Amino acid sequence: MTDETVNIEGAVCAPPLPHNEQIVMGHGAGGRMSHQLIQKAFVPAFQNPALQQGDDAALVVPDGLRQKLSISTDAHVVWPLFFPGGDIGKLAVCGTVNDVAMLGAKPLYLTAGFILEEGLQMDTLKRVIESMRQAAEEAGVQIVAGDTKVVQKGKADGLYITTAGVGVVREGVNVSGANARPGDVVLLSGSIGDHGIAVLGARGELGFESSLQSDVAPLNHLIAAMLDASPNVHVLRDPTRGGLATTLNEIAGQSGVGIVLDEETIPVHPEVNAACEMLGFDPLYVANEGKLIAIVAHEDAEKVLAAMKQTRYGEGAVAIGEVAAEPKGRVLLKTALGSTRVVDMLAGEMLPRIC
Amino acid sequence: MKYVTEYRDAALVKSVIEEIRRTVTRPWTLMEICGGQTHAIVRHGIDQLLPPEIELVHGPGCPVCVTPLELIDKALEIAARPDVIFCSYGDMLRVPGSKRDLFSVKAQGGDVRVVYSPLDAVALAQQHPDKQVVFFAIGFETTAPPNVMSVLQAQKLGLKNYSILVSHVRVPPAINAILSSPHNRVQGFLLAGHVSAVMGYWEYPPLVEKFRIPMVVTGFEPLDIVQGILTTVQLLEAGKIEVANAYQRAVTFDGLKPAQAAINKVFMECDRKWRGIGMIPMSGWCLRPEFGEYNAEKRFDVADIHAEESPLCIAGEILQGLKKPHHCPAFGKQCTPENPLGATMVSSEGACAAYYKYKRVEA
Repeated sequence: MTDETVNIEGAVCAPPLPHNEQIVMGHGAGGRMSHQLIQKAFVPAFQNPALQQGDDAALVVPDGLRQKLSISTDAHVVWPLFFPGGDIGKLAVCGTVNDVAMLGAKPLYLTAGFILEEGLQMDTLKRVIESMRQAAEEAGVQIVAGDTKVVQKGKADGLYITTAGVGVVREGVNVSGANARPGDVVLLSGSIGDHGIAVLGARGELGFESSLQSDVAPLNHLIAAMLDASPNVHVLRDPTRGGLATTLNEIAGQSGVGIVLDEETIPVHPEVNAACEMLGFDPLYVANEGKLIAIVAHEDAEKVLAAMKQTRYGEGAVAIGEVAAEPKGRVLLKTALGSTRVVDMLAGEMLPRIC
Repeated sequence: MKYVTEYRDAALVKSVIEEIRRTVTRPWTLMEICGGQTHAIVRHGIDQLLPPEIELVHGPGCPVCVTPLELIDKALEIAARPDVIFCSYGDMLRVPGSKRDLFSVKAQGGDVRVVYSPLDAVALAQQHPDKQVVFFAIGFETTAPPNVMSVLQAQKLGLKNYSILVSHVRVPPAINAILSSPHNRVQGFLLAGHVSAVMGYWEYPPLVEKFRIPMVVTGFEPLDIVQGILTTVQLLEAGKIEVANAYQRAVTFDGLKPAQAAINKVFMECDRKWRGIGMIPMSGWCLRPEFGEYNAEKRFDVADIHAEESPLCIAGEILQGLKKPHHCPAFGKQCTPENPLGATMVSSEGACAAYYKYKRVEA
């Protein structure tokens, strides 16, 4: 710390901030902080085999029942309530339908809980309900029960929805994030980042006009078509919060394998790319609500990919990489330039870079 | 994407790397001064593609990383006040102060907002005349124009509830400090393209003369970076000591004169502490006395805040290019992006964060 020479001995750094004391926004971002919260707070308290599996839905086999059930729940707090391509109601139905379906199940029934803020316009609520009706119809599920609570003005942001769902797992399939095997092929159903950037645009945070639509969609029919094509689908998962990078890291960790991606094959809408370049985001971490990752046995990958392309929400499906034995629990990316780098999980909240 | 795709063209990048390979005859140590370039180099794996003779060391050009702890503590103090809306660039929220960070302040009810431009903060000040709006004005020369424009705009609008907490740093004094160190290994500099777009590169010929090493203005896309490296290597191999510009589509010798005039109107040079490095004389900008009413440090009386840092972290040596992130015993263990021990692990432009994110297999 002198005038003309810089001090090289002075180690200067701040003490760690683990955020163990209170909840911060990063705990809800779907990245590593969310995982740590789940592992430290929820799993030890509720521990049971279905929960420990660590998938987006639980696989359960009730006594005396022949079929396996897939059960999941999803809470929705998106703001604004309406955005290009969707709204909180469509999101609430599709989110749970997709989580249930990702175990290779046919979703059948949903329940919905509504937390309404005092002062919410009745017309707004009706629009959300109509949107849920349409989404449920498209997915072929019934919303069979629900609950409504009203909180004081200022205690919620208009409207929150929680949905839960149950489905029947197709016989002869065994789909889990833990089932990726070396040699398997990684398929992606279409372009990434559309939902996250569309919602940012609807918040007026892009600083420019965008025609981008959220990709929110029910994926159960796509999954049915894939399983019709081959029972050798090992992993299905929708890369929602935390994006493609975080979801693939979860799978790599659960399966104890490495995943190697080819950067040039990953489809990104030019508008998503432009927004990410301007804001300092990486599309690999931006949320999707109508895309899935499938990890499929090598010999059946072409067949499954062809089946995906025949469906409405799988038209843009591509193979983006392969599963390898090493490095275990890690995702690597072969860059367009021919180098290789690590693709990490999202840490906490996705923050724009300064410049 | 126009103006991006062209500069990521794999064939072009490879041909420039081939040219570097043909040109280089002996080992050279180059420093990219800018954190944005560090990020791009590691993200695209450019360092893996270079011939082994070229070593890149990462410079202190991450404004988030070098913002002194003391100033972060002052920011936290101000942000926690009930009458304040505290606005910041997103990266700063995760930087740890002595006891907490802006995320914690926000979780405890502080009104902390991420903005993309300080002019958004000025707009907030207009919308909330009953609140004090404070913008955390950090950065190198790149963010100085918008930051001073926010002050000029607030003055024009007659706003009494807008102020900035200034921690501006400048590149040339940092280069001077690094090259003055007896431990210096750097033989050539890649100068920061965006800084130079604002400031031009007229400040560097005296440094080149003083230290007898070449400096090359370099951009941020892969093709820009390898072009900057090639130019530096060509100068070194030819024994030429000069400043060159490998980012001509964005940078001129003089830079943006109106932006420089605005900076000089509002800011003056001052001594500045750099986190991890220490005090570098006249390396910062602060508000001129005539703009004192926009100085948040004065408005909120936080001059008495002092702080000490963790002895485990070697961010200081990393910021000076003396060590690489994986040389740190805490790297990836006690120190991760969720649990950063040091600012270089916090910012996405920080060298440790870039290594953690992209290079952990080797580390």
